[in-house]
Amino acid sequence: MNRFAELLDRLAYEPGRNNKLRLLSGYFREVGDPDRGYALAALTGALSFKHAKPALIRDLIASRTDEVLFGLSYDYVGDLSETVALMWPKAAMAAHNNPPPPTLTEVVTTLRTLGKTELPKQLARWLDELDETGRWALLKLVTGAMRIGISARLAKTAAAALGDKDPHEIELIWPGLSPPYLDLFAWLEGRSQKPVNRDPAPFRPVMLAHAIEDSDFQSLDPADYIAEWKWDGIRVQAVAGRDDSGHITARLYSRTGEDITGSFPDLVPSLRLPGAIDGELLILREGRVQSFNVLQQRLNRKVVSPKLIKEFPIHLRAYDLLGDDENDLRELPFAERREHLERFIGKLGDSRIDLSPTVPFASWDALTAARADPASAGAGEDADAVEGVMLKRRDAPYLPGRPKGQWWKWKRDPHIIDAVLMYAQRGHGKRSSYYSDYTFGVWTETETGEELVPVGKAYFGFTDEELLQIDRFVRRNTTEKFGPVRHVVHEGDKGLVLEVAFEGLQRSPRHKSGVAMRFPRINRLRWDKPPREADRLETLEKMLKEDESLPTIKVAASADGH
Amino acid sequence: MRPQDILLPTADGLCCKPGGFHIDPVRPVARAVITHGHSDHARAGHGAVLATQETLDMMRLRHGENFAGSTQAISYGEEIRLGDVKVKFHPAGHVLGSAQIAVTSKDTCIVASGDYKDAPDPTCVPFELVPCDVFITEATFGLPVFRHGDAADEVKKLLASVALFPERAHLVGAYSLGKAQRVIALLRRAGYDAPIYLHGAMEAITHYYQSRGIALGELRPALGVKKAALSGTITLAPPSATADLWTRRFPDPVTAFASGWMRVRARARQRGIELPLVISDHADWDGLTATIAATGAGEIWVTHGQEDALVHWCKTQGLRARPLDLVGYGEEESETPIQGEAEA
Repeated sequence: MNRFAELLDRLAYEPGRNNKLRLLSGYFREVGDPDRGYALAALTGALSFKHAKPALIRDLIASRTDEVLFGLSYDYVGDLSETVALMWPKAAMAAHNNPPPPTLTEVVTTLRTLGKTELPKQLARWLDELDETGRWALLKLVTGAMRIGISARLAKTAAAALGDKDPHEIELIWPGLSPPYLDLFAWLEGRSQKPVNRDPAPFRPVMLAHAIEDSDFQSLDPADYIAEWKWDGIRVQAVAGRDDSGHITARLYSRTGEDITGSFPDLVPSLRLPGAIDGELLILREGRVQSFNVLQQRLNRKVVSPKLIKEFPIHLRAYDLLGDDENDLRELPFAERREHLERFIGKLGDSRIDLSPTVPFASWDALTAARADPASAGAGEDADAVEGVMLKRRDAPYLPGRPKGQWWKWKRDPHIIDAVLMYAQRGHGKRSSYYSDYTFGVWTETETGEELVPVGKAYFGFTDEELLQIDRFVRRNTTEKFGPVRHVVHEGDKGLVLEVAFEGLQRSPRHKSGVAMRFPRINRLRWDKPPREADRLETLEKMLKEDESLPTIKVAASADGH
Repeated sequence: MRPQDILLPTADGLCCKPGGFHIDPVRPVARAVITHGHSDHARAGHGAVLATQETLDMMRLRHGENFAGSTQAISYGEEIRLGDVKVKFHPAGHVLGSAQIAVTSKDTCIVASGDYKDAPDPTCVPFELVPCDVFITEATFGLPVFRHGDAADEVKKLLASVALFPERAHLVGAYSLGKAQRVIALLRRAGYDAPIYLHGAMEAITHYYQSRGIALGELRPALGVKKAALSGTITLAPPSATADLWTRRFPDPVTAFASGWMRVRARARQRGIELPLVISDHADWDGLTATIAATGAGEIWVTHGQEDALVHWCKTQGLRARPLDLVGYGEEESETPIQGEAEA
C-alpha cells in the first residue's frame, strides 16, 4: 500500500503527461502481481466496493483526536482525507511489535468482502499501520475520491509500455479482463499469449466525436467525410454472440459499458444475428421518431411493464457495425464498415432495427443547409428528433475514446451544453421545500487534474415531474451541506448531467470560470450521460470568441438569474 | 517578580525592561539580543548587538560591516549580566549559530527559544532542553497536521527522482540560510557525491558554512553552465527563483521545495511544486508539544504561527498559555511569494 501511495503522491504533483507515464510504467515494472493489477484497477475505476462515507471518516478521527484541534486543522488543510491522514496519531504500540502495513491487494480484497459494521475498525487498524502518505491514499481509495488527474486511458497506456504494445490493443481486450489482470501482465511481459475475451457478447469501448468549430472546416475536405443525422436518443451498443453451446446471447450496453439489457427486454428478440451494432435507442410510434422526453419515460425503470413496452415501443437506429459474427470490423475504415452494416441490417430484416441514413453533401455549404433544415434534407417528419449532424472520416477505424480529427459532431443549436449539477439550493414560495436552484459546472484541466468549475445557475426549464426527480437526486446524493445549499456529488462517474440551454455568453471576472451565461435554463436531464462526458470550459471559451466576433443584441437578463 | 515584568511584548519586539534590551527587535533599538541570523529576527541598525559569533558573522554577510553600532559575541552556555537580569545562550538547533535565550531575574527563568527544532541537523549544534518557569515558543507548525518525518527519507525521495529522470535537472528550492546547507549535507550523507550547483544568492552564506568546518563536498555556481551539462544534476536555489525566468537555463527541470509547508498538498500545488520535500528547520507538532512538556514550564507564551491550536493544547494539559502578539516574524528573506508562509 505504501508503494502505491507513493505513486499516487508523485502523480498528484506531476503535470506532464509523459512524466506521468514514466512514473506509472516504473511502478508497473517494479511492483509484482497482484498489487500492480489492483493499482491498475484503482486507476481505471475498475474496483468495485462500497465506498466509505465522509461521516465515517469524521467519526474515526473524532474518536482519536481533540475536536478543536481537528477543526483548526481541517480548516487549514481543506481536505478531509488529507487532514485525517496527517493528524492520525501514531499507534501506541511497541515498535518491534508493529504488524507490517497492509498491501494494496490486502486492502482491496478485504474491502470487497467486509461488512459495513466491520469497516470502521478495519480502517482504524490500517490507519495505525500506514504512514502519512499511505493513510492519505487509503482514505482516497475507500472514499472513492482519487482525483489525481489520471485517466483510465493513461493508466492503460503505461501498462502497454511494459510490453511495447499499442494501448489500443489493451482497449480491445479490456472488457474481457478483470482485476488483478494477471493474464494481461503475463502477456505484456512476454510470458504468455494475448488474453482472449471469452464473453460471447462483450462490450467494445465506444468511439466518441469532438464538437466541430467553424474554424475546423477550413482544414477539412468534404470528400473525406460521410455525414449522418445525430439522433436525439441514447447512444447504445447492441451485441449478440454465440456461447460455447451455440446459443445466442444478446446484450444492450450504454456508452459507458453498463449492461442495460434488463430495461429493454422488447429489443432482445431482434438481436438474433451475431454482431455488434453501434446505434441510437429511440421510441418510434407509427414509424415516427418521438422526442427525447418521450424516450425518458423508459429510462431508469426498475420494472418494465407490458403497458410501458406497448406505449413506448423501443427502436434501434444503427450507425455502425463493430463486429459481424466472429469478425472484428473495428480496424476497417468507416466506409467499409458502413457497407457491412447495410448488408447486416438488410439480412436481419427486423422492423425494430433500421439503418440511420447518411446525408449526401458535396460541399460544407450544402451540409450547412441540410443541418439547418433536416426535414427537406431527408429526415422528413423525424426532423424534430435530429440534434445535428455527425461527420465521420471515411477512412477512420473504430477507435475507443475521443480520437482527434476522426469524428465530429455538429449540433443544431450552438448554445446548448451538457453541464454537471454541483450545488442545489432551496427555492422560494411554493418551491421552498424543493431544491430547485441549480449551480452547474463544466470540466477544466487544473494543476490538480480534471475539475468541474461552476459556470452558471438555473432555476427553471424543467417540468414539475423533473423537479421531483432532481429534488430526490439532490437529497440522496448530498455530500455536504452549507446552510440552505447542498453540495451534490459531482465526479467523473457519479452525478447528474444537465443539458443547459442559454442565449449567449459574456466574460465575467466575478466568476471563477471567467464566463457568465445569459438566460440559462435546464433543457433536459441527461440521466444517461456520465458526468465525465459533460462539456468542457474550452467549449464555452470558443463559443465566447464566436459571440465576440459578432455584434450581437444585448439580452437584459443576467447570467446569475437572481 | 511577575514574568511580564521581566519580558513584555512591545511594538519593537520582546522587551526586557530590567535588562535594558530587546530580543530580536523588528525596529532599531539601543541594545538588541539576537537569537539567530534569519532576516526577520536579525535586522540591521541597532546600537549594540549581543549574539553568537555565527549569528554576528551572518548579519555582517547580509547587511555589511556597519550593521550595528557595536557587537558582542557570546558562546553557548555562557552567562552574562545585563542590568538587573542574567542572560544565557543555549543551542536552538534551528540553523548554524541559532540560540535560545534564557533570561533570569531572581528566581524566575524565562526562555525565549526563538525558532527551534528538536530534529537532528548535521549543520548545527543540537537543540538543548532548558528547564524554565516560562517558555516562549514559536508556533510556525503549530497544528497537528504538521508532522515532519525523517529528513533523510525526503532526500532519498529526491535521489530516486534524479535516478528516474536522469535527463532532467532537479531544482531544489530551499531558504538560503540553513535549509540549503542542511539539504546539501543530507545529500552527502546519503552518498551523493556529484557536484551540487548553487544559485548565486546562496553562494556567500554556503561558503561561510564551509568556512565553519561543515563539509558540503564540491559546490559549483549554476551560472554560466551549459544547459545540456545540467541534465541529471541537483541545483539549490532560493524558493522564489524556482518559479522564475532563471529556471529556463535548466533542461526540463523538476521543481522541488524543501520546507515543512510541503506537508500540506494544497501548499505545494499552489506553488507549482512537483516534488515536495518535507524538510523543516522548525519543530513539528510533536516536537513543539514534547518540548513544551519537557521544559517543565507552567506558563507558555506562544509567538508567530498557529498560536490558537498550540494555546488550546497547552490548556488541555493544564498549562497557563497565551498568544504573544508579536508582529514582523515569519517573513524570512522577503522572498516568500505566498502570504503567511514563514521561512520553514
